[in-house]
Amino acid sequence: MEPSVDRIAYPWGSRTPYGRHEAWPTRVDAYLAEGVEPEKVDRWVQAASILHSDGDAMDIAVVGNRMVGVRGRATDRVNHGRLGPKDLFGWQANGSADRLTRPLIRRDGRLVECGWDTAMDRVVSRSRALLDEHGPGSLGFYTSGQLFLEEYYTLAVLARAGIGTNHLDGNTRLCTATAGEALKESFGCDGQPGCYDDFDHADVIALFGHNIAETQPVQWMRILDRLEGAAPPLLVCVDPRPTQVARRSAVHLAPRVGTNVALMNALLHEIIRTDRVDHEYIEAHTVGYEELTEQVRKCSPEWAAGICDVPAARIAEAAEILGNADQLTSTVLQGFYQSHQATAAAVQVNNLHLLRGMLGRPGAGVLQMNGQPTAENTRECGANGDLPGFRNWENAAHVADLAKVWNVEPSAIPHYAPPTHAMQMFRYAEQGSIRMLWISGTNPAVSLSELSRIRSILTQERLFVVVQDLFLTESAQLADVVLPAATWGEKTGTFTNADRTVHLSEKAVDPPGEARPDLEVFLDYATRMDFRDKDDGLLVKWDDPESAFEAWKRCSVGHPCDYTGITYDKLRGGSGVQWPCNDEAPDGTERLYRDGIAWAHPDLCESYGKDLVTGAADSVVEYRSLNPDGKAIVKAAPYLPPHEEPSPEYPFQLTTGRTIYHFHTRTKTGRAPQLNAAAPDVWVEISAGDAEARDLHEGDLVEVTTPRGALRGRLRVTGLRTGLLFVPFHYGYWDTPAGHGPDGDTPSRAANETTVTDWDPVSKQPLFKTAAAALTLVRRGDGATAPAPTTTASAPVRSGAVPATAGGPGAYASQVPGGLPSPDTQEGGIR
Amino acid sequence: MNGIKDLLRALHGDEEHLAKEFVAVADRHRTEHEVHHVAVDLAAWSREHTRRIADTAQAYDLDLDPLDEPHVGLLSTIGRKTAEAVGRHPEPALLLLRDLRDLHLAASGNSLYWEMLAQAGQATKDEALLDVATRCHPQTLRQMRWTNTMIKTLSPQALASLR
Repeated sequence: MEPSVDRIAYPWGSRTPYGRHEAWPTRVDAYLAEGVEPEKVDRWVQAASILHSDGDAMDIAVVGNRMVGVRGRATDRVNHGRLGPKDLFGWQANGSADRLTRPLIRRDGRLVECGWDTAMDRVVSRSRALLDEHGPGSLGFYTSGQLFLEEYYTLAVLARAGIGTNHLDGNTRLCTATAGEALKESFGCDGQPGCYDDFDHADVIALFGHNIAETQPVQWMRILDRLEGAAPPLLVCVDPRPTQVARRSAVHLAPRVGTNVALMNALLHEIIRTDRVDHEYIEAHTVGYEELTEQVRKCSPEWAAGICDVPAARIAEAAEILGNADQLTSTVLQGFYQSHQATAAAVQVNNLHLLRGMLGRPGAGVLQMNGQPTAENTRECGANGDLPGFRNWENAAHVADLAKVWNVEPSAIPHYAPPTHAMQMFRYAEQGSIRMLWISGTNPAVSLSELSRIRSILTQERLFVVVQDLFLTESAQLADVVLPAATWGEKTGTFTNADRTVHLSEKAVDPPGEARPDLEVFLDYATRMDFRDKDDGLLVKWDDPESAFEAWKRCSVGHPCDYTGITYDKLRGGSGVQWPCNDEAPDGTERLYRDGIAWAHPDLCESYGKDLVTGAADSVVEYRSLNPDGKAIVKAAPYLPPHEEPSPEYPFQLTTGRTIYHFHTRTKTGRAPQLNAAAPDVWVEISAGDAEARDLHEGDLVEVTTPRGALRGRLRVTGLRTGLLFVPFHYGYWDTPAGHGPDGDTPSRAANETTVTDWDPVSKQPLFKTAAAALTLVRRGDGATAPAPTTTASAPVRSGAVPATAGGPGAYASQVPGGLPSPDTQEGGIR
Repeated sequence: MNGIKDLLRALHGDEEHLAKEFVAVADRHRTEHEVHHVAVDLAAWSREHTRRIADTAQAYDLDLDPLDEPHVGLLSTIGRKTAEAVGRHPEPALLLLRDLRDLHLAASGNSLYWEMLAQAGQATKDEALLDVATRCHPQTLRQMRWTNTMIKTLSPQALASLR
């Protein structure tokens, strides 16, 4: 193995092949700033990745009070030492010159610097005035998937029981709401069934709308290593783009966007028709099988072929592989979650595993993935439109129990309606009933759909907007108060990845200027608002990360996400730990549902379920009669045509998505030189057939138009399915002269100028991947090329047609194969 | 059998009415995006019901028009512009609650008709009647459950925070 490799040109580094059922070998990846030798590093501070949901454990290299690099942690169960490109290079954004260092308030229309007291006084006085005049429903909190557990929990307590508002949600609504909802629908409760180790054992790995190579690159390294080892797995890929996953798959299905339910129903039809059903498992652990059988009876591959535009033979072939698997691992992500009929489609993947009895044992697991690093915590802490600890807002006993933990009356916690989801909060703000919106760690002015509408909501005079962030983002530029936040590496806390692994991330350096950890900001607000419990004691009884964590543990006792066996000390030094972790499972729990379904009983479940078409809530009475013994629910759904279909005026389908080099709206990755250079500007992908038919070529400047708006970018001709356009959603305006939105000199470049305001009625996740669009040529490329990577799903259809993406000398990271993981390999790792 | 003929005619008319009302509500509340999109989907169920009732009614020498034109896309431009213009005002939130209530009541009326039709089918051993009721009635109940859920979700804000 090369001692170092250009990790922009080769994002996944070199291979360490291993065979089925063997342990994944260690490879320690590290990157140190130019001129810094390992022996010059003063200290290594433990952390985990904050730029995706994989939870890659790493140590931050510090010299003086300066971050100088990162190194993967060989001992950790998640990554066995490896790091992805964003992990290796993203940390540099912390040191950017344009970090916010002082609070800002709007004075005479302009944002001006001020002290913390001035800024917080303004927030507190507005909060008090609104509570007096309009009640708690006039305040809303829109948070993130990138803060720490301790921060979400504190925010959930102060918003739900302090303010008493139902309006608290995370931008996790955009990335993980469907994962949580699909698990609730099938298993009665949130909680990831499988784990990453399942990749070591599976003979078939099916990826449903999940470009794992770019979203969780370290787990893709694991799959690549297995593909090169003994008894490699077969991959089945459902994705309209020619992703790296698609290129390595035994069967690649590229359906029309918006038709996932039709495809899934055909796969289930085949599984049932060929009787690859584990009837014993179905009998023992599920209800609802007959309804599914009836629903998919006519959904033959031939039927689905007409809807999905995928050959029937390929669907049958995929079903054959899924049906023959003896250890099937499936993963699901945004190709399903952000598309039409999101929850209904994701639930069918759960059904596939229930039908085949593929749950709770090594290699037999389903992973309903998360997008963001700490999305799991937003969900479990109740900062995402659910009550903390996966409690059921409709179950009076659950609410009473939560009230007891918080020492408040149950009536102090709004539970008369479902906690308000983000899209509805923006609607309330548009309508004028939410008058203060506190946005922490997210950038809706780029990340939400139909941006002209979002900008017009945020700029309303009557709406008081607080933005808490690292930089003057597009959203911060529209705020009334801007609070400078400390981030990863500048504060201590825990977070949990997509396979329930909890990591500790410690403070390595001081935040810049007066920037403060989000926890401190929330605690300060709680103090100033003087929130009280029912005995007139302080509502928020903790004052630092570790005491917040201990408070959360008390809230999690006896719930699926039980943290009681975890302490900061337990997380220091070794590997992350998977919840539930308690007296019965002191070392954590690899897989849920080993002995049947645990949390679906009517008295325990987090949700009584919803209609998969309308989103209407089922009642406790219905749930009790359907599922009295708390089994898994096999829930069927019919295919419905998408709400927006191509027309003569808008002949293309349009989908948006990400690239491996960027995260979200590039607030961090756009400030890391290697990552920024790898994908510096927006582009538009088109299929070779469509390009030829319209005489369009690589590098042509084109405009993509929908009924909502338009954007401009250079064209990349790829192998994606005919009739489809793809635009990455990362690009906004902070690095353009315009600042927060397009203007006369700065053309539109954000994908969300064009996306539709529509969401899955079940999970309330916005649909970024189902729209119709028109394409026009603005200017010939004349030799220019699209600023799109060649290493990924964006690869040009003709290799060699454009210069290969590479990072050069500044992007070399070391990689040291270290044998089997053991604590001893860590120290010698990068020498 | 005149009772059954009357029942089929009445239910056909009321399902047709409900289909149009779902589309009208979708049109009026274009800025309530979830209501808009789901109401359009639910209108399709009532349209489908009118088709099935019309098929069944032929055996009773009844010629009922199937309502087969999807009204989506025919939303009036004026209605749309009005919805967008008033989207910033609080009153539509109260109007929406009233509209959802009207939809719910209309669907409940249909639900009771479906109940009658199923009973008639059993009493006369008319498999076709029983079959159409068995197929359609659950969707009517789902329409009711949806309007109820939306009212439960939207009422607190519309009634307590719009001041």
